[in-house]
Amino acid sequence: MSTETYEKWYRQDRLPHIYCTGCGNGTVMNCTIKAVDAMGWEIDDTIFISGIGCSSRAPGYITTDSLHTTHGRALAFATGVKMANPDLHVVVFTGDGDLSAIGGNHFIHACRRNIDMTVICMNNMIYGMTGGQGSPCTPVGKISTTTPYGATEPVFDLAELAVAAGANYAARWTSYHVAELIKAIGAGLETPGLSFIEAMVQCPTAYGRRNKLRQVGEQVEYMRSHAMLLAKKARLEEQGKEIPEDMFTVGEFVRRYRPAMGVPK
Amino acid sequence: MRHEVLFSGFGGQGIILSAVILGRAAALYDNKHAVQTQVYGPEARGGASMSAVVIDDEPILYPKVKSPDIYVIMSQQGFEKYGAAAPPSAMMLLDSELVLERPACRYREIAATNEAKDALGRVIVANIVMLGAVVTATGIVSREAIEQAVLDSVPKGTEDLNMAALRRGFELGEEESN
Amino acid sequence: MTKLEFMQGNVACCEGALAAGCNFFGGYPITPSTEIAERMALKMPKTGGVFIQMEDEIASIGAVIGASWTGARAMTATSGPGFSLMMENLGYAVMTETPCVVVNIQRGGPSTGQPTMSAQGDMLQCRFGSHGDISTIALVPSTVQEMFDLTVKAFNLADRFRVPTFLMSDETIGHMREKISIPDSVEIIPRKEPKPGMLTYEAEEDMIPGFPTFGKGYRAHVTGLTHNERGYPDATNPELHEALVRRLVDKIESRRHEIADYDAVNPDAETVFITYGPSTRTVRQVLHDHPDEIIGHLNLRIVWPFPEDTLKLFTNAKTFIVPELNLGQMAREIQRHVTGQQVISMGRLGGTIHSPDELYAKVQEVA
Repeated sequence: MSTETYEKWYRQDRLPHIYCTGCGNGTVMNCTIKAVDAMGWEIDDTIFISGIGCSSRAPGYITTDSLHTTHGRALAFATGVKMANPDLHVVVFTGDGDLSAIGGNHFIHACRRNIDMTVICMNNMIYGMTGGQGSPCTPVGKISTTTPYGATEPVFDLAELAVAAGANYAARWTSYHVAELIKAIGAGLETPGLSFIEAMVQCPTAYGRRNKLRQVGEQVEYMRSHAMLLAKKARLEEQGKEIPEDMFTVGEFVRRYRPAMGVPK
Repeated sequence: MRHEVLFSGFGGQGIILSAVILGRAAALYDNKHAVQTQVYGPEARGGASMSAVVIDDEPILYPKVKSPDIYVIMSQQGFEKYGAAAPPSAMMLLDSELVLERPACRYREIAATNEAKDALGRVIVANIVMLGAVVTATGIVSREAIEQAVLDSVPKGTEDLNMAALRRGFELGEEESN
Repeated sequence: MTKLEFMQGNVACCEGALAAGCNFFGGYPITPSTEIAERMALKMPKTGGVFIQMEDEIASIGAVIGASWTGARAMTATSGPGFSLMMENLGYAVMTETPCVVVNIQRGGPSTGQPTMSAQGDMLQCRFGSHGDISTIALVPSTVQEMFDLTVKAFNLADRFRVPTFLMSDETIGHMREKISIPDSVEIIPRKEPKPGMLTYEAEEDMIPGFPTFGKGYRAHVTGLTHNERGYPDATNPELHEALVRRLVDKIESRRHEIADYDAVNPDAETVFITYGPSTRTVRQVLHDHPDEIIGHLNLRIVWPFPEDTLKLFTNAKTFIVPELNLGQMAREIQRHVTGQQVISMGRLGGTIHSPDELYAKVQEVA
């Protein structure tokens, strides 16, 4: 991305940002801005909306009109914005706790309605802003301040959830897979209806530190080595081979063209 | 002069619609004032449904019925709940088939449900038959007003049936007063 | 030209909203407010507006706030349980100065309570229900005509003061039908636009910033965090927080006498009823039935911000009687503004309204 693009889409007067050194959120923001810019969308026709948490601070750094809302409710606000003015492009930044715990019901209903917006979830598997509590996406066995003996609850597969709930587009990549992530976000922006892109991100401060991934590079390497392409998973399943429990799938989960709401006329 | 009309029957009989039509007739076509209120519970059908209309030449201040002077009772349960305690000065029209008891006050027996079923072929218009009877038996609103209000309020395509029911009610209300 | 109708209160509220240019309704069905959502579902597609049934009341008010930022005149309607769910996002609307209209057709609480019966138990919740110090505007109709008129007024106040504005009605007025006259058009006071060169949250002399509608190039950042005049978060600055919250409260409270909407009858009376909503009508009946007695009556159409100067109109007042469908919520507010006079709370629960006899008996008891 050119310096010019950065300068255009980011609020220079808001720097420095609050993200920790090594945080993956900045990568996701940059990938998003690159995809949005490539769409040819204008700053003044694009709205970034978010809930509460580290991920949700992102719109505050972007030049467009932006709505930093209440915890879990970004999609409800975004529904109002998009339905009231379908000509605006709406992009939502959210996190795993914001989207799948407190905002879970809004998530499934926004997918069901298939409202024409792009939802980007920075999944760091933890509540980062409040200091590292377990979320519905904290893997079993992992340590957080509220799972001091290791998380025991099953995790939500957010991309699968979006597919089941009716979103037109769903993909999952990680902050390691930058090129794929930009492409997926671009595909999401292009697809009418609700597009959901889950971006697994490292959180060295709140997650890595407690889970033997203290160095940023270690956690990024973990994501690289534990991400399995959907196609590979299907192939292994077909061959009756076992899929290691700590692997997670990446790729495009769905791209379809069901009727959508809030599409500009 | 303030008049208070209390309608009761079972849910699904159109008790509330009757009250709305009467209030509409008074307010819009007789140029009076009217307030319609209702009591309802969770059940959509059955139960004892109650609706009331206050009609006055002056603007209506207190909107609820204090002491109805006209009772329109279309079920035994409605009679027990709302009609049995009617004061002697009141006037009651009751559905002679569906209400088993008779009140201490003046009353008229109107075979509204029978008429609707047998003469008109549609039990659903029993409330309109009753409304017609109320108008001629009490003079609470004019015939022209209630006709307009019924036409405003019933589904398209049912106007003839409802007007027939209303006019049959006019006759029953007049007959009884002889 | 006006049109006469025999109409239900909830429907009149919708007609008022439509006349006022409401073009977004987000809601969730709840007794006894449901007719409002149903009517808006019917009407919005025909007037070019948007109706959306959300998944709950939290989402409803969220969508309404979002729509408002695109410039829409946005509304929701609910009752007690749904109103409780809206509290957090209503605080967000206060903090972000988002105009919106919230109709509460009150029913008996707490909890599920009496869904089909009348109450006024949310009068303090609409004032203090969201966390933090807030000030909002609440209107209370006592006739079907006022359901129309005050809904129009609520939109104008919401836009003028950039604040969530409540129509705090109840089951009695919401479900009653009576004659109303609907004008061809109503006065619409549009939102103030930002002046050139001013920052997003830079207040003008009236303490209210112009509204930077999304998509118009203002590049506004809107956050529920404590923010500076640019709209940027600055949540650990004590002076900034105090100045912001004081302004949000003062922009309403300092104008409470300008906002006030009331009738004061028999200002010489020693015994004075103070009412809002259905008990207004009962007191009017008492005054009508006892024309030779001087009984004072203060009817408030706007209860928040509370116009305490209206109490001083009753120069001879010895006793204020406050009949309301709760255990004395507004009586508590009135009490704190009087010195020397007695305030008698006539709280009533159960779902039915005070009778004229009951209120007149209290007048005699006091005298």
